[in-house]
Amino acid sequence: MTRAGPWVSAAIVTAALVLPGLLIAVTGGSPSAALRALIQGSLGDATAVSQTLLYAAPLLLVAVGACCSARSGVFNIGQEGQVLIGALAGAAAGLRLAVPGPALLLVVLLAAALAAGAWAWLSALMNRLRGVDIAVSTLLMTFLAQQVVAFAVTTPWLLQESRLGEAAALPQSNKLPSGALLGSLGDHPGLQLNLGLAVGVVVAMLVAVALDRTRWGFRLTVAGLNPAAARHAGIPVAAVGGIALAVSGALAGMAGAVLLASPLSTNRLQPDISIDIGWDGLLVALVARNRPLLTIPVAGLFAVLRAGGNFLAATGVPPYLVDVVKALLTLAFVAPAVMRRRSVVA
Amino acid sequence: MNTVAGDLETILSSGIRLAAPLAFAACGEYVAERAGTLNVSVEAMMLGAAFCSIAVAGLTGSATAGLLVGVLLGALVGSAHGALSHRWHVNSFVVGLLLNALVLGLTSYLATVGNPSRHQVELVSVPGLRDLPVLGAPLFVERWPVYLLLALVPLAWWLVERSRWGLELRAAGENPEAAHMTGIRVNLRRRQALLWCGALAGLGGAYLAVGEVGSFNQNMTAGRGYLVIAAVIFGGWRLGRTLAGCAVFGLADALRLALPALGHTVNSQLLISAPYLLALLAMLLFTTRQRRPGALAQPFRRTP
Repeated sequence: MTRAGPWVSAAIVTAALVLPGLLIAVTGGSPSAALRALIQGSLGDATAVSQTLLYAAPLLLVAVGACCSARSGVFNIGQEGQVLIGALAGAAAGLRLAVPGPALLLVVLLAAALAAGAWAWLSALMNRLRGVDIAVSTLLMTFLAQQVVAFAVTTPWLLQESRLGEAAALPQSNKLPSGALLGSLGDHPGLQLNLGLAVGVVVAMLVAVALDRTRWGFRLTVAGLNPAAARHAGIPVAAVGGIALAVSGALAGMAGAVLLASPLSTNRLQPDISIDIGWDGLLVALVARNRPLLTIPVAGLFAVLRAGGNFLAATGVPPYLVDVVKALLTLAFVAPAVMRRRSVVA
Repeated sequence: MNTVAGDLETILSSGIRLAAPLAFAACGEYVAERAGTLNVSVEAMMLGAAFCSIAVAGLTGSATAGLLVGVLLGALVGSAHGALSHRWHVNSFVVGLLLNALVLGLTSYLATVGNPSRHQVELVSVPGLRDLPVLGAPLFVERWPVYLLLALVPLAWWLVERSRWGLELRAAGENPEAAHMTGIRVNLRRRQALLWCGALAGLGGAYLAVGEVGSFNQNMTAGRGYLVIAAVIFGGWRLGRTLAGCAVFGLADALRLALPALGHTVNSQLLISAPYLLALLAMLLFTTRQRRPGALAQPFRRTP
């Protein structure tokens, strides 16, 4: 049954590399120019690299969280909504709490993680009480989260911005105070290393250690690989999975706070603040096959595609082909040849 | 005609137009879920079909040809999903999300570059009945493909509940191990259910494009595929209630669009999120009255 596997993967990888170029050529563009623009816009100079690294941070956080839940056998696909809830809680904390200076940043990140963790854990609760499939409920709750955020930023007594004078208030929150923003690390000519990336890399390393070297990680992995055996060994599989799901949501929420507090956004909560980072982060985890340390380079690759895609758009090529490349590459990585060795999600 | 009846007529008309694409796709997704496969790729099927139907209608000048190619494209997405998740055992949710991203990227690119033209099928109106008060115009003046539902809904019901194929399909969704033991090819039935689902979701998407709107916009289905999944869940995996769910979701959308124009304030966020909220609540509250397939979203692998 799996004999066709390698061929399928090879075919998909070829399609991922050839199809976009072919489409550009057929529609009258130049594939090589597009490729050059993609690389120029993501790795070409210090500014481009800075932009790529900015995108890498939230992608990394989402992906590391997705590794946690998938390893425990719980499949969370609602990261996009969890990112939004995190950004919402982060904005609420940053704008409402009177905490001085850099401590406020910590409060924003923690509030985002707590809120999104609780939001994701609701799915575990629904599964426990009524057997609601976790993938389904996390997906449906993504669409709820989008409307919750839209409601918050269009309701004056919640988070909608306060305007002085005549101008009508837009559907967005006030700007976060400067104490809550993620600053640049060190002083490098042209290059910006944002604090968000450091947060992402540290979290990835911590989670890698926690999954591979602690009792918690061991129980979680066993519960994911063989729930029946885990139950026999006395591991409370549902509770372990619930906590993994909450951790996954919390990290996605933290990614939302990073988006809110880094130069990627206007530092205001807006309905589209998540810019599909939740969906993309899930793909990063799939390509990294749920290994937290592998998510670091893969998140880098996806960030290159994102920053390069934006630059590509500026040169007149519609950037949507980048999404095609991402989807096909991920498909090749989850296809059978690779999945056979260790099927964590299957 | 007094204004209340007129307003009601407007809202009903637009509600039915918004519900029709959902109803087509729901007749497909209902069958797929009864077979035990939960494919979130409905969105890809609808969006891809919407684009192809407009493109083909532009090439051939025939909206009907566009509709047919939309059905084929939906079936193609369905067979791709079936091959990946029920032949090569890739997680069905992953396949669905990736197909959605793939089709969204491809259609957005091609629509921006190709700038597809406008094409629309004709309106038909049923003589006599169209003059009925309130219900006349909403029900009996429509783009003709809507009336395909009159045949497709009973067909979907008959296929699942009364045919031998449907019996095997339900067995594959309820208890794949037992079905396998009696000689039913579980994964084949699931792939066939996906093919049917793709064709009908494709019809829904194509109807949206060449039927209602007459053109293609980037991401024009805008999450309708997920609404269809919510409708099947809300309907408790029964066809009648699923279609009722589609009608409710269509009306909620119509209210959101119509009420502000009629001078009422309306919480649009609540109306947009109502389908998902209702689906979640249905899963939490009415578990005993549902026909949730026992092995829904669980892959089946023959143990050697």
